[in-house]
Amino acid sequence: MTQRLADSLVASIPYAKTLGIEAQLDGDDLRLILPFIKSNIGNPTLPALHGGAIGGFMEVCAMAELRRRAPDLPFSKPIGINIDYLRRGKPVTTYAHADIFKEGARVANVRVRAWQESPEKPIAALSGHFLLPKSK
Amino acid sequence: MTTFIERLWELGPALTKGTPHAQKLGIKFVAVDKGLGTLSLPYNTELIGDPKSRVIAGGAVTTLLDQACGLAAIAGFGGLGQIATLSLRIDYQRSAKPGETVIGEASCYKTTRHVAFIRAVAHDGDPDDPVATAQACFMLTGELFKGPEEDDEIAPPAKGGATS
Repeated sequence: MTQRLADSLVASIPYAKTLGIEAQLDGDDLRLILPFIKSNIGNPTLPALHGGAIGGFMEVCAMAELRRRAPDLPFSKPIGINIDYLRRGKPVTTYAHADIFKEGARVANVRVRAWQESPEKPIAALSGHFLLPKSK
Repeated sequence: MTTFIERLWELGPALTKGTPHAQKLGIKFVAVDKGLGTLSLPYNTELIGDPKSRVIAGGAVTTLLDQACGLAAIAGFGGLGQIATLSLRIDYQRSAKPGETVIGEASCYKTTRHVAFIRAVAHDGDPDDPVATAQACFMLTGELFKGPEEDDEIAPPAKGGATS
């Protein structure tokens, strides 16, 4: 995978653009970046990022990780996801990385971690099943 | 005497508008009742998750449900306070139809002093044919402001707007 492919993967999703998501390739690891933008705020008083924006960011991360293994096929679809919110999402850059726990013929189980200052201090975690596209 | 739910009818649109990310996605206030919150998400090409099918991203539905669950949590706590999502479980039953508004209906079925338990459904017209169902826990992170004029007697909300 190249940085260009990672960029185009994210750029092809209008929703990812709305959130401001960027892709970064670190060796063979794909990391997604959610730069701080005001429109991702959920609570202006604290302030804190919207739980939905963090959840949506992690969903895009899971789908991008699955897609890059089969770039010619469509995106996989979420079936059931579970999101745990661990810390307040501060108004700073957020990162996410996905691990594929199990990949079957039709369904994959993916775990995503989102963090800000340090990967050791996650702000949220997602685990879920995704329906893989049918290969022709 | 104004009940909290009547006040929430008046505050509901401002609560949604005052949430920058809800505003960005185009989420709108629909209704509130005791322990209930309903919001809508009109179709918008900026929400597309799959450019081929033009179906909106799961994340947009996630945000609608999270926001609706938050409103139901406030309605369930019976007062205004800072709340935060602890957990959110979403099952996607089918794709939202491109072009259709998605409705998020959330019901807070139990509150403790600090935690609200909520169920929610997202549909595009027929609640019996859901796009997604959700289960959430919210936490009250600060003080709950009930206001001096509150009582426990909840009048039915004025249908159609905050006119009372």
